[in-house]
Amino acid sequence: MRIGLVCPYTWEVPGGVREHVSGLAEALMDMGHEVSVIAPADDDADLPPYVVPAGRAVPVPYNGSVARLAFGFLSASRVRRWLKDGDFDVLHVHEPAAPSLSLLACWVADGPIVATLHAAMPRSRALHAAQPILASALEKISGRIAVAEAARSTLVEHLGGDAVLIPNGVHVKRYQKAEPLPGFPGTGGTLGFLGRMDEPRKGLDILLAAFTMMAPQRPGLRLLIAGRGDPDEVLDQVPGPLQDRVVLLGQVSDADRIRMLHSVDVFCAPNTGGESFGYVLVEAMASGAPIVASDLDAFRQVLRGGEAGELFETGSPAGLAEAAGRLLDDPERRATLAAAASDAVREFDWSIVARDVVRVYQAVAPAAGRVAVAL
Amino acid sequence: MTALIAIIVVLVVGMMGVYVSWRAGRLDRLHARLEAARFALDAALLRRSSTALELASSGLLDPATSVLLAEAAHDARSPQSGRELAESDLTRALRAVFSQPDFRALLAGREGAEELLSELESASHQVFLARKFYNDAVAVTQAARQRWLARIFRLAGTAPNPEFFEIDDSLVPAGEAGGRGADLPHLTG
Repeated sequence: MRIGLVCPYTWEVPGGVREHVSGLAEALMDMGHEVSVIAPADDDADLPPYVVPAGRAVPVPYNGSVARLAFGFLSASRVRRWLKDGDFDVLHVHEPAAPSLSLLACWVADGPIVATLHAAMPRSRALHAAQPILASALEKISGRIAVAEAARSTLVEHLGGDAVLIPNGVHVKRYQKAEPLPGFPGTGGTLGFLGRMDEPRKGLDILLAAFTMMAPQRPGLRLLIAGRGDPDEVLDQVPGPLQDRVVLLGQVSDADRIRMLHSVDVFCAPNTGGESFGYVLVEAMASGAPIVASDLDAFRQVLRGGEAGELFETGSPAGLAEAAGRLLDDPERRATLAAAASDAVREFDWSIVARDVVRVYQAVAPAAGRVAVAL
Repeated sequence: MTALIAIIVVLVVGMMGVYVSWRAGRLDRLHARLEAARFALDAALLRRSSTALELASSGLLDPATSVLLAEAAHDARSPQSGRELAESDLTRALRAVFSQPDFRALLAGREGAEELLSELESASHQVFLARKFYNDAVAVTQAARQRWLARIFRLAGTAPNPEFFEIDDSLVPAGEAGGRGADLPHLTG
């Protein structure tokens, strides 16, 4: 099939939706499909050959933070040209309610359109204000996919209708083997955290509090953190003498991300909410890292109710310290969890996930003809 | 002799009373001015957000721009985490929308576009002015309330201490004055 994918967030900054779109595109191409992606990016940006830039993204306040989006008539005409050149069998937009390219693509296209919803949107009132505007564009979508239950319920609540649940994918093979970072995991035990340090919902402060509780009894224990944010703000939350046992990597490359996951004895996901799927968990599972995670619905589901990773009471540093400590003292349990995780993660491999997505395309495409330009 | 002292005391006390009540009257007038400025600022912010909402739902813009604007305007009217933050976000959203290349040209000649854009520009200018005048009133009132006489005699009564309203309300980013280098840039021509 000829498939057109639309990514609403800039290609130049890593993020969950972008990772999803590139993973899906590559998996679809591996299956023999022809794929083109349009995404906000500078015209001279360094892009993979299958990505078409839609022009520079503009930073604007959206959904409680600053997002880099592409909107306006000029972006719409870029999408129109891409649709004309692409002559697609199916158009697959991501996060269609975000004020960016996906919404514009729904607006200018006709024919078989599939949409994937990623985030759970708690700000229902704001969405309500925009609903009449969204409705006419979103009505054209003939097949909807949600990556997690939370995203699906957002859809049902705000826009009506239902969606097929197909989880986020991961290239399991790429994660399976990697050299740990020099000096890690070491003999005293290493806890790991991956994610933005300055996003409170990622729960780093809970992990720092738990580390502060554990460190005095475990003189060799270290904490390895990879992610964007201000290092000083993080270190300030840890008592002075413990600070040199907290290792901050900052934002890391994809390769170092995987090495980091291989460098820890216990991977911690202390998120407090807002996480609709838990991509970091799947990454950690694919790397074979033993996991301790908050008892969020989405996490519980991914970890098979605790079989593939320990769950602790969401938001409780003591709970995290207790669970992580137990795992550090029990190598056998760690090996059991890692094996269960490697097994559970197979259903998240892109080869499986992309096959399900193609089934959605096949269900939608024949009835709706080809993708055409409406406006 | 004692009668003379008594007369002087009565006179001094009387003059002090007149002075204090004169200062109290001034403080009262300042609070009234502050109240009026607050009212004008509220009205200006409300007008700006409702005009932004109107533009968003006019069908003149593409849906992505419309959603962006609608959500920012809606947040400003019922802020979830601080009004100053939500109003600043609306300003930034407006700035992003207005600074699209050829924005004006693309809308030219479309039914109702001209009216809405100039209404929105004037509402934004109104916010800028109303906030400036409100903060002026706050500064003067705060200074008057902090004088020893006002503090000792509690001249301000139970009126709450006024606070500055700090938002980003410029239609051009800081450091990039409009073509005229003025406070009220005319972005739409």
